[in-house]
Amino acid sequence: MTAKQTCTVLDDTITFNLNELCKVCQVKDEIVHDMINEGILSPVGNTPQNWTFSAVSIKKIQVTIRLQEDLGVNLPGAALALELLEEIDGLRSRVGER
Amino acid sequence: MEYKDYYSILGLAKDATQDEIKRAYRKLARKYHPDVNKDAEAEVKFKEIGEAYEVLKDKEKRSAYDQFGSNWKEGQDFKPPPGWDFRDFTGERRYSGPSSSGFSDFFETLFGGSGRGSHHSARGFSSFSSNLAERGQDVRAKLSITLEESYSGSRKSISLNRGDVHGYGGETTSLQVTIPKGILEGQQIRLEGQGDALVENGRKGDLFLEVVFEPHPFFTVVQRDVSLVLPVTPWEAALGATIKVPTLGGPVDLKLPPGSQTGRKMRLKGKGLSSLKQSGDQYVILAVHIPKAETEKERSVYAEMARLMPFNPRSKFGV
Repeated sequence: MTAKQTCTVLDDTITFNLNELCKVCQVKDEIVHDMINEGILSPVGNTPQNWTFSAVSIKKIQVTIRLQEDLGVNLPGAALALELLEEIDGLRSRVGER
Repeated sequence: MEYKDYYSILGLAKDATQDEIKRAYRKLARKYHPDVNKDAEAEVKFKEIGEAYEVLKDKEKRSAYDQFGSNWKEGQDFKPPPGWDFRDFTGERRYSGPSSSGFSDFFETLFGGSGRGSHHSARGFSSFSSNLAERGQDVRAKLSITLEESYSGSRKSISLNRGDVHGYGGETTSLQVTIPKGILEGQQIRLEGQGDALVENGRKGDLFLEVVFEPHPFFTVVQRDVSLVLPVTPWEAALGATIKVPTLGGPVDLKLPPGSQTGRKMRLKGKGLSSLKQSGDQYVILAVHIPKAETEKERSVYAEMARLMPFNPRSKFGV
């Protein structure tokens, strides 16, 4: 089966509101709130109604959930792992190692 | 089908205690988790570990598995004993393994499909989205592209092999994916409705393709900037020259100023991974390469240079 497929690139050209973010990631809004409180997500805007999230938030939510479910770490642990992974990625690309 | 040695996968002896099994699983899961370990083999390994744990952590499954005896070796051709019928007496669908399922034929034949979880979609929704809970599981895959494909943008045809999910047949789907100019490693492309379904003809989850760059023979990348180490001759560095330099968009002429040194960084504006909104540059880092002095005549040229241009590159050491 071959299907012509329209796809969305989750890059810096698009943002999501809270509802959209929850829908894409299949999570409850309280999970998003918890991740904001943990400093994993940083939406722009003062109230949940006008929060906007960058597309990278989607990956952060997905990775955080996978780390929690697969490795049994709690949210602060997942947040720390996420930061360290980002740092390792940055260092790896600096030394030209992929 | 091939026999799976679940004990050796977890690095355990056959008489390992349940605590040892859990410890071994946890340790290996951390090591090979695909979000942690970028190695291409990590995902396969992680699934193997999850499958082994799924069997060995469960007393009933473990003792059923142990009945096969200890002479079997990993990969050996295996047929289940006649009359084999494993039932999970709890009746419930138990799942606690890795998020990316897809267990081996060995597991599926012996223990049924309990490893194919849908826990991801069952994460639940509050007020606004109760109907979405029926959406199937999101699927993720890596999409390997070249730096050139990111530089210019491209279209890629990918083939997705869906497993035999919940009893209805597996299928191979071919998808056309548009790679926009300037896409970066780690960014995702979301294909709505191309994930798995919970039930046949049910609402499908999404497919998330994560971009990975294929290693390039001479370019390295940090975010949008591309770097290239450019070997130059001593006379090009000393006297200046116009040198053809590769970029992802094809070769360009680079003007090397006289008196250039190894390590000098020059910028080719806009020659990195530029998107519609953001621009990337190419950095050219000079590396002066010295020709070998092999003949008498060549050695005399170096000696002549030493005589004409006395120079101490270590003067700052004061020794």
